[in-house]
This record gives sequence, C-alpha cells and structure tokens, in this order.
Amino acid sequence: MNDGNALLHLLQPLAPDFVPDWAVVLTVAIIGVSIVIAIVGLIALAGTWAERKVSAHIQCRYGPMYVGGWHGWAQALADGIKLISKEDMIPIGADRKLFMLAPSILLGAVFAALCAMPLAPAFYFGYIDLGVFMILAFSSLTTIGVVMAGWASNSKWSLYGAMREAAQVVAYEIPLGITLLAPLLVVGTFNLVEASNAQADYFGMGWLAFKNPFVLVSSVIFFIAVLAETKRAPFDLPEAESELVAGFLTEYSGIRWSLFFMEEYAAMFLMSAVTAFFFFGGFESPFSYLAMQSFGDGIVYQLVCFLTLVVKGSFGIFMMMWLRWTLPRLRIDQVMTMGYKYLTPLALICVLGAGIWEAIKHAVS
Amino acid sequence: MSEQTKDYKPSITIADQQAAANNGAREFMMDVRTTDLEVNMGPQHPATHGVMRILIRADGELVTGAQPHLGYLHRCAEKIGENVEWLQYLPYTDRYDYLAAMNNNLGYSLAVEALLGIEIPRRATMLRTICVELNRIASHLVAFGTYGLDLGAFTPFLYCFREREWLLMLFEKICGARLTYSYLRIGGVFNDAPPGWLEEVANFCDVFDEKWVEYRDLLMMNHIFIKRTADVGVITPEQALDFGLTGPMVRGSGIDWDLRRDMPYMIYDEIWKAGAFQVPLGSGAQGQLGDCWDRVYVRVQEMVESIKIVRWCLANIAEGPTIAELPKVLRVPPGEAYVGIENPRGELGHYLVSDGGKIAVRCRVRGPSFCNLPILEDIMPHTFLADSVAIIGSTDVVIGETDR
Repeated sequence: MNDGNALLHLLQPLAPDFVPDWAVVLTVAIIGVSIVIAIVGLIALAGTWAERKVSAHIQCRYGPMYVGGWHGWAQALADGIKLISKEDMIPIGADRKLFMLAPSILLGAVFAALCAMPLAPAFYFGYIDLGVFMILAFSSLTTIGVVMAGWASNSKWSLYGAMREAAQVVAYEIPLGITLLAPLLVVGTFNLVEASNAQADYFGMGWLAFKNPFVLVSSVIFFIAVLAETKRAPFDLPEAESELVAGFLTEYSGIRWSLFFMEEYAAMFLMSAVTAFFFFGGFESPFSYLAMQSFGDGIVYQLVCFLTLVVKGSFGIFMMMWLRWTLPRLRIDQVMTMGYKYLTPLALICVLGAGIWEAIKHAVS
Repeated sequence: MSEQTKDYKPSITIADQQAAANNGAREFMMDVRTTDLEVNMGPQHPATHGVMRILIRADGELVTGAQPHLGYLHRCAEKIGENVEWLQYLPYTDRYDYLAAMNNNLGYSLAVEALLGIEIPRRATMLRTICVELNRIASHLVAFGTYGLDLGAFTPFLYCFREREWLLMLFEKICGARLTYSYLRIGGVFNDAPPGWLEEVANFCDVFDEKWVEYRDLLMMNHIFIKRTADVGVITPEQALDFGLTGPMVRGSGIDWDLRRDMPYMIYDEIWKAGAFQVPLGSGAQGQLGDCWDRVYVRVQEMVESIKIVRWCLANIAEGPTIAELPKVLRVPPGEAYVGIENPRGELGHYLVSDGGKIAVRCRVRGPSFCNLPILEDIMPHTFLADSVAIIGSTDVVIGETDR
C-alpha cells in the first residue's frame, strides 16, 4: 500500500471484471478530484465565515448572526450564492482571455498542490516521495495567476498589485524553501506521510520543532514566509486595500472574485498543513497516539489523524487571522528588507545549525 | 492631459527605423516610451476619506509628484451664508466639517455674537465648552482610527468607534442629532442638558482615561506603525509656518500655537490660568520632528487634554439660563468681525460683514482642512506610494470642509 493511490486500492477490488483498468483509474481520479474540490469549497466557506467571526470578536462586534440561525453559519453560503448570481463583468480594455484565465490558474495550482497532501496516514491521492516539493512548486504557480490578473485588468492599481506580488513572492520563496530544509535534514524524507510517521514517538509529541532548536526557529521564519506567500497581513501588499483600492482584485467581481478568495483560503490551509507536517507533528498528537494504542491503525486512527490535521491547519489559519486583525501593513521596501536582509540569512543559519546539531546528536548516540 | 503627455514626441519614429533598416543599420532601436506613471488617487479611493482627488506621478513605487484636486463636494456654503438669515445659516455650518459640527456652530455663533456684542450666560458657555471638547475627542477618534485603517490596521478603528458611539449617544441626548447638531446657537445653546447628562459625561471621562492608553499601546507604539510613520512626511517648523498650517499639523512640527490659549475665546483663558490643560507638541520622539507619527500622537494627546477641560467645566459649572435673550428676527448691527477658533483640525475662522440687516453681506470661512492641504504637494514627492497614504491620513482632511 506504499505506492500509488489509496483510493485506487480501496476501489479496485470492487470493480466488476469487465471494466477495463483505465476506466477504474479514471473513475478514481474523478472521485479524488471531486473530494479535493469539495475540500477547497468547504475550506473557503468555513474560512470566510471564520474570518468574519474572528475579526468581529477581536473588534468587539458579533459578526454575522442571522443567516442560518446559529451564529450566522450560513452567511458564507448566502454570500457564495449572491456572488454566483452576479453579473459577470469584464472591463472594456481588459485582456479578456487572460482576465478569465487568471483565477482558474490560481485555483488550479492550489488544487494540484492539495492533491499532494495526504488526508490521513492511509488516505492519500498519491504516495509522492517528493510531496513537499510538489506542493511548493504548485503553490508558487499562484503568483503567475496574480500577475496575469493584474496585467489583464488594464488598471494601474491592479498592475501595482501584480508587481508587488511578483516582487514579494520572489523575495519570500527563498527563505520559505531554505527554512524547510532544516526539518527535512532532521526527518530525512520529502514524503509527507513518512515525515508525519517519523514524529510519532514520545506519545505523539516527537514533533520536529521540539527535536532540534534550530527547527523551532525556522518554523517561525517559515510561518512568516507563508504569510507573505499567501498574501496575508502584514504582507497583504498586493491587495493593500487602503493604498491600491484592492490591488489585483480591483476589476474583478462576482464569481471570479470569489475564486480568488477560495484560492486564498485553500492556500492558507495548505500552507498551515505543510507547517504542521514538517514542524508540528503532522498527523501525530497524543490523541492519535492513544487511538493507535487502543484501536490499531484502523479507521478510528485514520479519523483521529484526519481531525488532528484539520485542527492544526485551522489553528494556523487562526494565527493568520489574528495577525491580520492586529498588525498594520508593512511598506514594500520594508517587506523586501525583511525578506532579503533578515529572513534569508537567518534561514541559512538555521539550516547550518540544524545540520550541526544533528551531526553532534549522531556522534553522541 | 498633463504637460508630460502633451509634449511627448517619440524620439525615434517608425519612419526613422525603416530608414535605418534600409541603410543597412544592424542595430534596430525600439522606441520605448518611458514616462512616469500617472495615477489618480481618488475621487473614489479608500485613502482620500471622501471625494478628494490626488494626481500622483509615480516612478514605480516612488512618488515623484502629487497634486491635490478639489471641488467634488462644493456646495456654495459661503454664498448661501450671504442669502439666508443669520440663524438660518447655522445648520449649514454643521456641514463643513461634519466630524466636528459643534465646533463649526461655535465658530459661527461667536462671530455673530461679536457683531451683536451680547453677553452669553455662563452656564451656556460651560455647556458649549463641554460639547466642543467632547466633539474634539470624537473627531480625533475618527482621525486616529481611520489613520490606522490607512496603514492596514483595522481593529483600532473599531475600538475608536466604540468610544465615539458613546459620545454620539451623549450628543443625541442633549440635542437629538448624532452628526449635524446645530446645538450651539447664536446667544448660547439650544437647551439645557437633560437630567443626569453631566454625570454621564463625567462617567465617560473616567472610562476614556483607561481607553486612550489602549490606543497608544495598540497602535501608536506598535513597531510596524512606528516604522511606517516615523521619518515619513516630515514638515519642518519653517515649512509649517510658511504654509500657514494650524492645529495638530503645526503643533506636530513643534510650534507652540493653540488658539484656545494664544487668542482665547469663551472661557479658555480662565481654564488655561487654572492650569487645567496643556498644549501637546510634537517632539520627534520616534523619528524626526514633524513626521506623521508626531502629528498623530499630538491628536492622541489632545484627546486627553480635552478630557481635562471637560472635567474642569463639570467641576465649575454654573446654574442659570442657557441662552441670551434675543429678538425673534435677528438684525445684526453694521460692522465686520473675524473670529477664529481652534477646531480639531486647526483654525476655523469666520469673517462676517453686516449692513444692519437680517442677512450677512459677506460670509467668509477659513477652513483648516483647506489651508492644511497645499503642503501635500511639497511633502509627498520622493516618498513611497504607501507613504503618500500615510501622509494624506496624517493631514486629516475632511472633504466637506476643503470644498465647503
């Protein structure tokens, strides 16, 4: 079961004999993609609702309270319906093809990246040995979508947003990639499932961030770089509401606009999950340890692992929201300074330190 | 069309290129046109707090020129003042600086009273002072909150509005309106404070003393906020005097000028002599003297000083009538008067000329926002685009007043 697709393994024995193999694979692929799309949709719905509630409670307000009854849980759903039913507007003078393509590229990149993320130790769409590479590669593709949107909008504000995004992402991809090397040195695998399994010791608390002090430091750097990568405050310069009207989103409306938001929340969850996988235990927690001890690696363990990941991802998103509603925005030169002058050297030091620490640990034991 | 685009002439035309190609020139020169990017910040832009338009010339993120354009909210207030009766004009004064309507009422009333030469009952003066200072707090709360908003910090804005809401409720109790009060009339105030109002004001003062510390710690001393505002948009003391800035704009540059103390009206000289308030000045604590941080911090400190003034008035309030006896149809003796008062944004001056009739001959308003605005053109070039937002925010313009 250590290769290929967990869904395929589940469904292949159920298929009748006369069905050709490629049809089974295709069906499985369609089911898998539907699951990912459903996850993205759910994350976006829950994310927008949570963002509004969290910001409201930080600001002494209630936030949505009416739609759907309990604490306005259906507000995001109602908003979605409203956005879908709005007129699809493309400004005169915009590059129509690019304008329409941009949100799809963003969303497609995040879908692809999410496909590489396992949902439970035995439930994944691909047991990818270079899983984290695939996630990073696809999530940096989103930049192209943003630049495309900014250029195609034929608006100066949008162009500003796109240029800022390009500059910012180039600056922060470097520390993002380098800091990830520190935990990779410790765990010795790019595979997300294996990385998670390697953190199961100490009652499920053998998290990489606690095994090596340099990894703990790099987790902070990684999180800051993730904020910049996902365009969240204080690095939300591409949108920069009060400066650039809405940055690259200025000319977008209706369903296309909402696609950008789906991408944003999906990317937030994805990057929080990656943080969890390589710094904070992945699926492993005392709860999953207990489930493993009591029920073995059956369905209960898988479910607990899935919930652990959801909780860790949500906590990451909560941290991002908390920061967004607390801090002012940085200026573009300060963003660049921080990325190139402080985070990148610090990330390199962390990798070096983590390596030396591991070497000493190895020599001692 | 601006100068730059109008005079644009391609240095090398297509014909030149073709000629060069025909002559066998190997180098093919592209005619790349490089000019500064011209963007209109406004009239519909979140940073301009209304319908002001600033034409920004930018080289990438760097602003190389800025030109404010006004007039989108012009309502001929001064001309109306020369066509309606003295008292009828009062509600129009609410509309200049709609965040500080009490102050506007006061400025106009004082100017008319100067022409009339009447005595205002002491209780009315006290109530006026309380309302004006509370309104100053409400106005500075908006200025401070929206400044955070300009820099991307949303939460302090809501905290400011929480306190402002309380103030508006107090105003609603005393005069029935939340924004355009028309409470300060010629000769005094419209009515006495309702029972329990003064106690509630005292209660507000006590709560506010705790709250303003919250603003200072959450936003003013925030590292990112200081990074964004210190050394940005520096107005030197000389510049401040040259441009005739008033209010927190000039005090932020370290010039000790406050009309409440230096050209006292109402009972401010009495309050000053009692030592009830100080005039906060910019000190360059986080960067240079006269930067955005200084100006904003002056506003935050002024709120505390206003609380002190309100406290003094509450302690010394007198009993008695709240409006002077005036005829139903007001005829103002011939003459002219200028009264300048310290509005939250600077000196609000009213210059009135009367020929003894029911209507003013000339009604001229010197609006602080309007007079504080031209400095933008001088301090905005050679900053970043994000800084220009910080600078506009720190001048704290209210478009209702720049255009009137």
